[in-house]
Amino acid sequence: MPADAAAPAPTDPAGGVRLHVVTGKGGTGKTTVATALALALAGEGRRVLLCEVEGRQGVARLLEVDDLPPRETEVAEGAGGGRVVALAVEPRSALLLYLDTFYRQGRAGAALEKVGAVDFITAVAPGLRDILLVGMVYEATRRRVDGTRGSGGTEPDAQPDADGGAPGSGAPASGAVPWAYDAVVLDAPPTGRIGAFLGIGDELAALAGGGPIAGQAASVARLLRSPATAVHLVSLLEDLPVQETVEAAAELADAGLPLGLVVANRVLGEVPGAAADDAAEDAAGVAAALAGAGLDGAAAREVADGLVRQGAARAVALAGQRRHHEVLAGLGRPVAVLPQAPGALDLAGLYALADRLGEQLP
Amino acid sequence: MSAPGRAPAWAVDALLDDPATRTLICCGSGGVGKTTTAAALAVRAAERGRRVVVLTVDPSRRLAQALGLADGATAEPRPVPGVDTGAGGSLHAAVLDARATLDALVDDALPPERAAQLKRNPVYGSVAGSFSGTQEYMAMERLGQLREAALSGRAPWELVVVDTPPSRSALDFIDAPARLGRFLDGRLVTLLRRPTTARAGLAAVPAAVAGRVTSSISGGVAAVMDKVLGGALVRDVQALVQGLDVVFGGFQQRALATSAALAAPGSGFVVVTAAEADALAEARFLLARLARDGLPTTALVVNRATVLAPGAARLGAEEAARLAGGLAAAGHERAAGLLRLHAELALTAAAEAAAVGRLLGDRDDVAVATAAARPGDVHDVAGLREVAADLAGA
Repeated sequence: MPADAAAPAPTDPAGGVRLHVVTGKGGTGKTTVATALALALAGEGRRVLLCEVEGRQGVARLLEVDDLPPRETEVAEGAGGGRVVALAVEPRSALLLYLDTFYRQGRAGAALEKVGAVDFITAVAPGLRDILLVGMVYEATRRRVDGTRGSGGTEPDAQPDADGGAPGSGAPASGAVPWAYDAVVLDAPPTGRIGAFLGIGDELAALAGGGPIAGQAASVARLLRSPATAVHLVSLLEDLPVQETVEAAAELADAGLPLGLVVANRVLGEVPGAAADDAAEDAAGVAAALAGAGLDGAAAREVADGLVRQGAARAVALAGQRRHHEVLAGLGRPVAVLPQAPGALDLAGLYALADRLGEQLP
Repeated sequence: MSAPGRAPAWAVDALLDDPATRTLICCGSGGVGKTTTAAALAVRAAERGRRVVVLTVDPSRRLAQALGLADGATAEPRPVPGVDTGAGGSLHAAVLDARATLDALVDDALPPERAAQLKRNPVYGSVAGSFSGTQEYMAMERLGQLREAALSGRAPWELVVVDTPPSRSALDFIDAPARLGRFLDGRLVTLLRRPTTARAGLAAVPAAVAGRVTSSISGGVAAVMDKVLGGALVRDVQALVQGLDVVFGGFQQRALATSAALAAPGSGFVVVTAAEADALAEARFLLARLARDGLPTTALVVNRATVLAPGAARLGAEEAARLAGGLAAAGHERAAGLLRLHAELALTAAAEAAAVGRLLGDRDDVAVATAAARPGDVHDVAGLREVAADLAGA
């Protein structure tokens, strides 16, 4: 049976992408977008793993569930058998799992813990921490439903990955076994650190000079640079986030990492009739209308002044948004627009965002 | 701006004018405006007569330019142009340079030859240059240095305002000294500290030696490390730990002293947040954590808040929506549109205030200051002055 016949083959809304890396300047709402993306993919019947790596429990807070444990936990169901499984990837358990998976060294992990080596790896040597975190995401991406591993590419490959072939992993060469997850969404560190976070494999490969971590780092790097990966950039339509998005796009392109969507988040909407920047003189007309609707005269004038000022501010903001949108469009990637939800974002709002994002996936 | 809910409004000027205020630390999650807040408070303090230094972390290019930190050796505090010194104050600014700070620590602690050797270690470059982790340690070190300089009277400043790194978690900064301490006191370091060969750890370690050292401790830890990390990396790390031991030992002492000083009167943490769910949730954890550690929280700053225009504020969201309906029906499109916009803004402002209220819970000891969302980024002293005036309610 050919590999693609056995692979789950719903139409792929993201062009064969299996690993979605979501990053953006701090404060742009990348966790929200990553979660909405996972929900959108699950809404199309996919089994999605949503990974968080920064220990902030942002996913749990958005989905209004208890803090996520460092193991895969189902958090949402989508239509047609789709589901979202969340995982708070955490360096300590990543290291222990890594030892156990590759070396059958669960007890050695305990020994490392005892002498403080885990502290060293997770706190003092940040580069190592990053490769462990990315490595764990990589492992989840290339896992098949039967627990064996492939390269993690767009199709379950027939051959076990040579360098991923851990001693005694026993992956059958049968191939054609579906991936455990159709898609993996990674809520990654912010753009300021994304290059180091994803590129650290190269740095470490150079440092470690052929050690086993270097071997895994090379496999991770291959997956990250393959068409199975897309790095999505979340931005606001404001000066600094746009500037940082443009810089990140260049940095990622230089590193050979495939860019996915650019997501303009929290975009203010047009309010028909409200935003007119040349309308300062119409406060009197607005006041008259308000007075006609029952506000008393003096109050109507004051309220009208305030309303007109708010309208002018919105007009300025909208003009800025249009300018910034053009800059983002200039990156040559599709720009998905997510609206600013009035009030605070709740669960219903999150699902609404997921729908909006789903509509805009290529 | 007025504080939402029951929280007292932050008396910014009283705090800045009090000569007993010596250190302000702006902390919060990434992208909430920590750097801008730190710089704005510093400008206001300076223009009210304090002699101030502000340490920024990764300022935007234009803000750096405004602070006179566009190029050259920006790690050393420099006078900020354009600040009104009429009240007798002054403002210096610097950018945190983790690499340079660590290099300087190494140069101070080791003889030149060993320092040079250490800085050539490939792992040193990775640790020093990496964006996460090292920055927190070095921010604490720089804060200690700037405070020391202020206390000695040698420096042209007496108030230190610091921005904290955009770390994985806002808590990393205050955790850094203890975490480093745990590591330095740990058995791994004891193990790695052992000289491996006569040639100062730079030569290859025979596997048998590494094996012998550890087998006596916990059954092949080094062997596992070797397997996981690769022999070359373990040797580099070992050489690094031996070299940095002295450096970090001194650093650790100062960091603990600085930490302790931060709990004393005269220091205060300013928790910065944006009026958004993610940032507010992070701020809640940070406030709880500061309280648990006995660290003084001076205020909560809510940036990018939705603030209604004066005059319009008296009109509630529901009433605005109702009026909009009637006016639209009567053909007053412009007035109806403005009212719909107002209803949206009022709803958002109320939701933000409620979120801040939930965040504070029953805490009445944290003062709140709010800064309105701005159409563009703040990139000059005039802009910083406006933000500070917003915070001060002026």
